[in-house]
Amino acid sequence: MARATSTQRKLGTTLLAWAVGLLIFFPIYWTILTSFKTEAQAISDPPVFLFFDWTLENYSIVQERSDYMRFLWNSVIIAGGSTLLGILIAVPAAWSMAFVPSKRTKDILLWMLSTKMLPAVGVLYPISLIFVEFNLLDTRIGLVIVLMLINLPIIVWMLYTYFREIPGEILEAARMDGASLGKEILYVLTPMAVPGIASTILLNIILAWNEAFWTLNLTAANAAPLTAFIASYSSPEGLFFAKLSAASTMAIAPILILGWFSQKQLVRGLTFGAVK
Amino acid sequence: MATKASRSAARVMMAPAVVLLLGWMLVPLTMTLFFSFKKYLPLRGDSLERGLDWVGFDNYIRFVSSSSFWPSVQTTLIMVGGVLVITVVLGILLAMLLDQPFWGQGIVRILVIAPFFVMPTVSALVWKNMFMDPVNGILAHLWRFFGAEPVLWLSDASLASIILIVSWQWLPFATLILLTAIQSLDSEQLEAAEMDGAPPQKRFWFIILPHLSRAITIVILIQTIFLLSIFAEIFVTTGGAFGTRTLTYLIFQRVVDSQNIGLGSAGGVYAIILANIVAIFLMRIVGKNLDA
Repeated sequence: MARATSTQRKLGTTLLAWAVGLLIFFPIYWTILTSFKTEAQAISDPPVFLFFDWTLENYSIVQERSDYMRFLWNSVIIAGGSTLLGILIAVPAAWSMAFVPSKRTKDILLWMLSTKMLPAVGVLYPISLIFVEFNLLDTRIGLVIVLMLINLPIIVWMLYTYFREIPGEILEAARMDGASLGKEILYVLTPMAVPGIASTILLNIILAWNEAFWTLNLTAANAAPLTAFIASYSSPEGLFFAKLSAASTMAIAPILILGWFSQKQLVRGLTFGAVK
Repeated sequence: MATKASRSAARVMMAPAVVLLLGWMLVPLTMTLFFSFKKYLPLRGDSLERGLDWVGFDNYIRFVSSSSFWPSVQTTLIMVGGVLVITVVLGILLAMLLDQPFWGQGIVRILVIAPFFVMPTVSALVWKNMFMDPVNGILAHLWRFFGAEPVLWLSDASLASIILIVSWQWLPFATLILLTAIQSLDSEQLEAAEMDGAPPQKRFWFIILPHLSRAITIVILIQTIFLLSIFAEIFVTTGGAFGTRTLTYLIFQRVVDSQNIGLGSAGGVYAIILANIVAIFLMRIVGKNLDA
């Protein structure tokens, strides 16, 4: 039985919801807006909201002075690389756990999850020592490996929950028809698994892009991604609001866009399938 | 039917992930444990090549008896507790609001979720400078507008300020999960209660809240694990000063700033034990879900 909601009530809810939504979004809106102001307008009191001379100057200054593109490129390589590497390792594992489950499957899954709970600071020194030993400090490949490892449990879990929803009978039917294991994976499983794999990739790029413990502690000049680049603004340089805003806007824009696409998968991925 | 061949194939396919994670867990953990029983101060000439002195449980005792330990535990508890209370309470209210029919649902949802995608260093710095700066920050403008003296947020109300920043980042997460849970609530049950004359408060306490309890537990557990290791937000705002030194940050300082590896490692072991206590509860819930 449907309940008719009065237009008046809907209007009230609309106003309240929009007010709350805009309030929560305000810091991001303000950052984006300030990035188009001059430094003087950025700190003017009362603040200017719309009527100021819009300028792109901050963006070019940030790029010129700090070589922003290099940090961006590092972020892209580290987030993308660690995700792809993780997917390559996780797909076979999740596939076998979903379709050839054994008594130990559940224990293995839970154990994998438990490695995610290891507090990073507890193993900071050992990891830096290993990095020094293998010349990985301040290299992109080093961060690709570490971020792949910290996100691998989430990747396996997400893929597992997606794969488990693929009906096993279809695979059996393919097997009856004489399809080999390779053909079964390539022609039957892959097309059905693509959406799940895509959302897993999306969520993990977001997580890796925003990771801010290892990226801050294991990089210096060469491999530093955007998280570290922005952290350098914690010095007095951060007081140049317009430039800080321009740098911040560039650092978060790609992920805001990706994030909006992945809203639904976010819940499943971050709760390890416990809430869908 | 799983044949013998497919079973062994499955084992081979699982091997890389299992071996990597096993190594990732065991190698650093063993090293941390090893260092925690050693005197290891690289700046004072201790080195692995020359061998480290075994000091038994000295580091463990010194870590907890140092004057910064209990304050850091207190700070950690206040920070994690504060963020949990704020995000869960506001998250429930927000989820119930967003579940109502209104115009522009999709856009408002996006606005609310957005902070979750902002990298921690950006949100910390934007809040620190553009909002909490005592001279030019928006909040200072606002305070002056109402004739009040601007607050020195990050030195006079430092812990509260960081709780505010972190809550802003995690509110979307709590809201999104609770909203997903609310949407799975059977609306007929609510309507039946309404027709039986149950007032809104009663409907909330006896139908909505019990339905949400599992999702709330999950939000609390997952957030606790992430919040216990909050780092960047403190690193770029106060650097652990003004009473914002959490257990994680204290360990970080012991290892990186004072280069006392033995002491820091003992602290690390405490942090690992603490995180695992929380993790056990989370795993129980997630594990139950696997059987279903």
